[in-house]
This record gives sequence, structure tokens and C-alpha cells, in this order.
Amino acid sequence: MFGLKSESVLKLDQEYHELDEYQGKESRWCPGCGDNGILAATQRLCRDEQLAPEKTVFVSGIGCAARFPHYMGTYGFHGLHGRALPVAQGVKIRRPDLDVFVNMGDGDCCSIGTAHWIHAIRTNMKMVVMLHDNNIYGLTKNQASPTTPQGRITSTTPYGNLLKAMNPLTVTLGVTNVSFVAQVVEWIPDLLYKVLREAYNHKGLAFVRILQRCPHFMPTAWDQLLSNPDKIAVMDSPDGVQLSDATAKIYKTRVAHDSSDLNAARQVASLEDEVPVGILYRNEMVPTYDELRRPQRLPEPELTEEILNRSFDRFGIFPSTSSKAGD
Amino acid sequence: MHSTLSQTAKAEKSMSATIQKIDEHVVEIISDSGEGAQTAGQMFGTVSAKMGNGVWTVEIIPAEIEPPARSTAGASGNRIRIGAENITNAGDEADLVVSFNDQVLLGREAAGEFKPGATILLESKWREEREPEIVSVYIEAHDRLVAKGYRVVEINMEEECRKVVDNPQRGKNIFVVGILSCLYSRDLDIVRQEISKKFKKKGEKVIQSNLDLLDAGYQWAEANLEIRYVIPAPGVSQAQVVMNGNTAVALGTVASGMDVCAMYPITPATSASHYLSEIFEDVGGVVHQAEDEIAACAFALGASYAGKCAITITSGPGMALKTELMGLSVMAEIPLVMVNVQRGGPSTGLPTKVEQGDLLSAIFGVPGDAPKIVMAPATIEDCFYSVITARKIAETFRSLVVILSDANLATGQQAFLRPEFREEWLAPPIDQSPLPVGHKPYAWDEKTGMSSRAIPGQLNGLYTLTGLAHTGSGAVAYESGVNQESSRYRSLKLAAFQKTLKTPEVVGDPEGDLLIVGWGSTKGAIEEAVMRARKDGLKVSSMHLTFLQPMASGIREIMQKFKKVMTVEINYSDDLADEIIDEDNRRYANLAFLLRARYLIDVDCWSNVHGQPMKPGAIEKMIRSRLK
Ligand SMILES: Cc1ncc(C[n+]2csc(CCOP(=O)(O)OP(=O)(O)O)c2C)c(N)n1
Ligand SMILES: [Mg+2]
Repeated sequence: MFGLKSESVLKLDQEYHELDEYQGKESRWCPGCGDNGILAATQRLCRDEQLAPEKTVFVSGIGCAARFPHYMGTYGFHGLHGRALPVAQGVKIRRPDLDVFVNMGDGDCCSIGTAHWIHAIRTNMKMVVMLHDNNIYGLTKNQASPTTPQGRITSTTPYGNLLKAMNPLTVTLGVTNVSFVAQVVEWIPDLLYKVLREAYNHKGLAFVRILQRCPHFMPTAWDQLLSNPDKIAVMDSPDGVQLSDATAKIYKTRVAHDSSDLNAARQVASLEDEVPVGILYRNEMVPTYDELRRPQRLPEPELTEEILNRSFDRFGIFPSTSSKAGD
Repeated sequence: MHSTLSQTAKAEKSMSATIQKIDEHVVEIISDSGEGAQTAGQMFGTVSAKMGNGVWTVEIIPAEIEPPARSTAGASGNRIRIGAENITNAGDEADLVVSFNDQVLLGREAAGEFKPGATILLESKWREEREPEIVSVYIEAHDRLVAKGYRVVEINMEEECRKVVDNPQRGKNIFVVGILSCLYSRDLDIVRQEISKKFKKKGEKVIQSNLDLLDAGYQWAEANLEIRYVIPAPGVSQAQVVMNGNTAVALGTVASGMDVCAMYPITPATSASHYLSEIFEDVGGVVHQAEDEIAACAFALGASYAGKCAITITSGPGMALKTELMGLSVMAEIPLVMVNVQRGGPSTGLPTKVEQGDLLSAIFGVPGDAPKIVMAPATIEDCFYSVITARKIAETFRSLVVILSDANLATGQQAFLRPEFREEWLAPPIDQSPLPVGHKPYAWDEKTGMSSRAIPGQLNGLYTLTGLAHTGSGAVAYESGVNQESSRYRSLKLAAFQKTLKTPEVVGDPEGDLLIVGWGSTKGAIEEAVMRARKDGLKVSSMHLTFLQPMASGIREIMQKFKKVMTVEINYSDDLADEIIDEDNRRYANLAFLLRARYLIDVDCWSNVHGQPMKPGAIEKMIRSRLK
């Protein structure tokens, strides 16, 4: 009617989603927990992108970070420790209309869920994956995680962690089909928000490692970064995110970086003295599994009947073929 | 050396062929891996089914892809039971064996797979092998089998094949089909059709050379062998399909309207996904091969949560890995169908062989109280329909349904009535209509515990699914009492479902001296054994259970009418004959354990884990000894 496409009519009718619509249950994280900032940035993203709450699904594993979906005013799946990614893939496989987000802790993603992490990167299904990296097991109270720094005393490493911390960025960037890798710290809300927004708009799996404060178990973990902002190296690339003036004044270390260059990304990801933030790698051309597996036809009873009958024919025995069957 | 061969052949030839009419025969074709015995067996089985004979075929599969040639453990092939009437199981020992070498033959003989005096058609080219070692081993094996009373017919198959094709090693199996077609009076038109179908992709030339091999085998047998059998075939009056249980599971999946199957390869379940992968996309479905079974199950659960109920197909070790997710499915009430094609266990166990050892782990294996539905197909036909049924139950009761198939059903081929498609089999399209304001994710019905689920996309349905204890509105439960209440509802659902179940039927009289209880793939063998024993006046009956959890009403009353009740299972159980085994420490087979616990009836069991389908003859013998 009036030459309007029906979708546009719907759009006009649609009401605006306010920020508080994205608020689920009240968060129960500790005061000062970095997860609160990640939640706020994510809710802002949802509002600014006007995501329909009923078409948005937050999937998580188990841990403090994994409580995330409960605090969102959307659909959520708070599943099992380590298994968020395959669940999210299952959610997405037949529902391209849903926006899928994944929230995992460093234990969730980099320890018990490692196999899924690697393979989810390779399958590259469209979703935003947030790694809440507080360098520790929070929920189970202070055990070493794969990203716990060497020498750190935890409940399971009372004499200091023997192993060097794993670098989730280089691991992710090493996986075939990686298409988007970013790193942020949750205490720069401006950057966090902007990177998440880029991640959301990426065509494929966007992996965002978020360095996260755990004041309860790791009160000093990021002291060096907090007291010396110069240690935070902001990726400076033409298609990268632009910091607000206020943020840019504090974080002055810049690294000229081409985020389409995988080798450059790997190099930046390996920096030891500085912490790279921003988009390390982005490639919109990597095929996504959801597209590759998009059904050519939609399920319909007639189709199912036809295919079944074709199979029954293939395995069929028909009255006519049984002729001279002995006596 | 040569003389033995020609003597045998001559001896056979000099007698004119007499035709024997028989009710059934078990034919076995064995070779080293890759020599085509499986193809030959399947073809022979299909032809027989198409002629209207009752047929059951069993694959003989070595554990390795290519075990060492000529080894006793390396037999690969097929066993075909053909009967004048409907055949419900693999039957007893083989009546006629075709073997491509002496060693696989010895292996099967030692395993007790041949009837005394069985006919053995043996490839004799080994007599002319250059390596003296092989020659002497062959002769020793041959002589030993002859001395044991088998009727060994040596045939230099490769030499015969060389007369029609260049590479006799590859076509020998079809030559054998020719021999068998002659011996069993098979309809050559049907055989030719099967050959054309089988080699269609390889082109006309290959088809023709196989047709030549067929003729060569047929003519050779006609000229040289005196045995001929006729197994009357009642003919096919209604359209049927013949397939194995895994294919039936695949087709059942399509017919159920589910559209996501997530799996990780594991024997003997994988072939279900092979066939499904071929056709699923044509109906808008997807088979996802995940990185492991945990991921496969998580993927299926995610898909179920956001859409139609999904399916995951696996075997015992895979089910073990999925355990935690099974618990999540139960706790969060996400429908899920899981097929476990059981193999021998524990651990990697007997990957290619049958066992029924996962019953208790399917029912109880999940930590915590996790009520779920467990059912078992007993026939190939059941494999098809059980998936359709399971999908419906899973959706209706927001439940996990485990289907316990096994290696016997997975690879056994049987004909059944061609299913007629019904639209009601299909899962309805997912509901995206708005829910009433205030919809609760778990609005448990006070009496039945049932509730309806919200699917992402539905307005007013927002909730966060969690595996933590939760209230009806889906909130994590911090107060005591909630867990007790929600556990009650999840348990009540099983009771509500149980009320819909029909009491199993009894085969034989409703009372007597002995009741055999079985489940799963052993049905045909048990019932055949019971019928044989009943012919001699023994007061034995049998009952087969489809639903193992929950169990239908009326089972106790049936058991109470018999003096003795025992299960027959392909499971381990302790033997009271062992010196330190007594009633206090005896471990019972899975089903016996369940029945004893539920019904407080002194149910005995007869079970073993030889990795083979139960033979009706062995069960019959056991029945006779118990009723002496
Ligand atoms: C199968 C399984 N193993 C172990 C646990 C216990 N567990 C819960 S959360 C967790 C680790 C949490 O650490 P992390 O993933 O870093 O999340 P955080 O709490 O730090 O946000 C562990 C070991 C579990 N819930 N399930
Ligand atoms: Mg952590």
C-alpha cells in the first residue's frame, strides 16, 4: 500500500527501545568488578543498534562472567562451563534472524572450552564473542587460569604459578579462518563500546578479549596499566576506531597498524611490554559457516514427502519385482 | 596338490544336481578387508528380499580398516539369513560359507560360527602360492576342516575369474554372487538389476564385466556343483523397503521434521549420519560434524533452544561425553533426541560389536536426579519410527529422549513395510507468535509438571535459560524449597508420560513356568527361541520392553504370573558358578537389575558379552536347561 514495502511499515510502527529495556535482573557481581562496565557498554550497543530484545540471545558458560545473560533484557542461555560456543553455534545455525552474543571467562574459554574456541574461530559463524579475561577463576575463588601471570600466587599455586600465561590473542590469530580479533580493557568505556560496536557489525565471528578487573581476587592485576596509561598501545589504523578527545588525551601510545594484515596482527598481538588495544585484525571476506550451510530450500511437508519417497524407492522392494520366487 | 581340487570338483560334478527344498539357510561370505565380501553379501541379501524371502543380514567387520591379510581375526564380510517366512533375527550358525582364504575361515570356525557339517566353498588359489609357508598353512587348515566334518569344496576362484576379466581379485565377489545365485536358485534378472544399480556410477564397462563375472560364477556352479537349494518365497504382496537400522534412523530423522543433527563420528553410529548427510539438505536440514561429542550435543541443544527439537547421534563413549549436557537438557527442559547406537564397552571396548551395556548409564548416568525418557527399537522398522516418536515426546514433555539402538540393528538389514508418509510426523514450524504478557518459561502444571517453552523471537517470552536450579519464572533459585519443587515437576512429567504407555504384550501364554524379558535388538531371537521351545510343550513366554524409562504399567502383574522370570541380554552378569560369586555379590545384567529394583521380583538373567547378536538356538538351549 502506498508503494511502501511491508517491512518499512513495520519499521515505522516499531517503538524505540530505551536503554533500560536491555536491563535484565539486577547484577550480583562484586562492587568494582569489571563485568559491570562490560554490561553497560553492551546494553548501550544494543540500544544504539536498536536490537529487538526478543531477537537477541546472549549465550554463556559458567563463571562470574557467565552470569551476563541474566542481566540482559533479552533471551539468554546460561549453559555449562566451557560450552558456550557450540551452544551459540547451534542457536545460530537455523536462526540467521537472531543476533547472538557469547560471554565467557578466561577459564571458560581458554581452559575447559579450548577445543570449542579454536573450532568456533574456524567455523566463523556470525556472532560477537567476548572473553572476560580477569586472569583468574573468579567464581570458584581464586584458582590459576591459563592467563594467570607467571609467579602469581593463587589458591592452587600457593608457591607461585609456574607457567607463563597463555596469550589468547596469538592463539586466536593462529586459527584458520580467523576474521576479527580485538582487545580492549573494560576501564576505557569509550574504546570498549566502539570496539564492541565494530564487532557487532562484523560479518563473521568477532572475538574481543576484554581485560577485566577482579578487585576481589586480583586487586593488583592491572596496576601497571592503570598507573601508566602509556603501556596501553592504541592501534592506529585507517579503518580502526577513533577515540574520543578525552580518551585520546590519556592514552597517547599509538601503533600504526594495518588491521587487514594478519602477520602484522600476530606481531602486535605478541607485544610483551605494551598491551595492544583496538582492532588487531579484520577480514570481511572469510566465509561464514552459517552462510555456507544456509539451506537452499526451506522445510516443507511436500518436500520431505518427496525426499522420503525417493529414499524408499531406492531401498524399495515392489510387488512387481518378486516374480519367479522359487515356489 | 592340484589333484585334490580337481577331485573335489569332479566328485561334485559327477553327481547330478538334486534340488533340496529348505525353509531357511544362513549363508556367510568372508574375506580379508577390501575384497568385496560385504558387497557380495549385501547384494545376495537384497536380491533374496526382492524375491520375497525373509532376510536378515549382518555385517562381519574387523576392528581395523585393513587388518593384516590372511589373519584369523581379520574376517570381513556378511552373513545372510534367508527364510521362506519373515526373518526377525540373524539366526544360528552358518549352513554355507564362502571364504576367500583359509585363515579368516579358521577364525570364524573357532568362534563357533558354523553348523557342524556346514558346506564351505573355499578359494583354493593358495595351493599354488609361491610362498611354501602359505601353501602348507592352507593345506593344514583345509585338512583340519575336512577332518572336522565340514564339506569343503575348493574352487580356484581367481583362475575362473581370469577367464572373463583381467583383474580377478577385484571381481571375485560377483563371481561368488553367481555361484550363490545358482545354488539358491536366485532370479537372475533381479541380480542383474542389482549389479547395474551397484556399479551405475562406474560406467557401462564395469557393469558389463560384473555381469560377465556373474554369469561365469553361475555357469561354473551349474557345471561343477551338485548342491541346489530352493527356499520358497511367498512373494511380495505389498511394497517394502530393505535397509539397515542406521539408515532407518536417518530416514526417521527426516520423517520427524527435525532439521538439525549434530554428531561426531563414532562406530557403529556414524553411518546414520552418512546417509543423513546425503539427503538432509534437500529438505532444509543440516548435519553438523562438531569437534567432539560434547560440542555436538551442545550444538544440538542450542539449536533446540532456538528452534525445533534437534537430534544428536552417537555411541557409548560419545554418550559418556555428552552426559553433562544431558543433565542440562533435563534441568532446563530443552527437548533433545539422542540416539546411542550401543557397542561393546566399557571404554573403547568392542567398537564394531553389539552390546546392550548402556541401559543403566542412559537412565542413571547423569549426576543428580535427571529424569528422562529411554526407549529402545527392537527391529529395523522400529529404528525408523522411534525417531519420529521420540521427537514428539521430547517436544511434548520438554524432555530428553534417549533411543538405544545397537550395532546389531545398525548394520543388520531387514525388509519392512514401506512407510507411508504422514504430515503429522513432522515437527510444526517454530512458533514465533507473541506470547501473553507475563508468560513464564516454566509454568509447570501442578499435576503433570508440563509446561510450554518460549522460543527466541517470541515477544513477551524473554528468559535466560539456566542449568542452575530455578523458579518457574526462570530465576536462579537462591531460596531453599525451589529445588525440591522443580525436581518434583521434572519427575512428574515422567509419570504423566508413563500414563500414556501401553502394557507390553506377552508372546506365548500369559502364565507359565518361565517368562523371558528382553529389550532392544534381541527381540527376534528371543521370540524365535520361545516359539521353538513352546512347540515342544515347554511353558515359556516372552515379553519385550520398548520403554525402559519410565516403564509401562502392568509389567509387574505379567511377571507375577510366571514361576520364574529372567532377562536375556547382551550384557555382562556374574555367574553363580564362579567360586566367589553368591547372591550377596552377584552383579546382574542391566535390565534384570532394573526389574529387580522396581518390582521387587526375583528376576534372574542370562547374559553374555561375546560381541555377537544373540542366537535363537543358544537361547533355546538355555530355556530347555532351565525348564528341565
Ligand atoms: C564441568 C565443570 N567443571 C568445573 C566447574 C567449576 N567452575 C565454575 S566456574 C569455573 C571457572 C571460572 O573462571 P572463569 O571462566 O575465568 O570465569 P570468572 O569466574 O573468572 O568470570 C570453574 C572451574 C564447573 N562449573 N563445571
Ligand atoms: Mg576468569
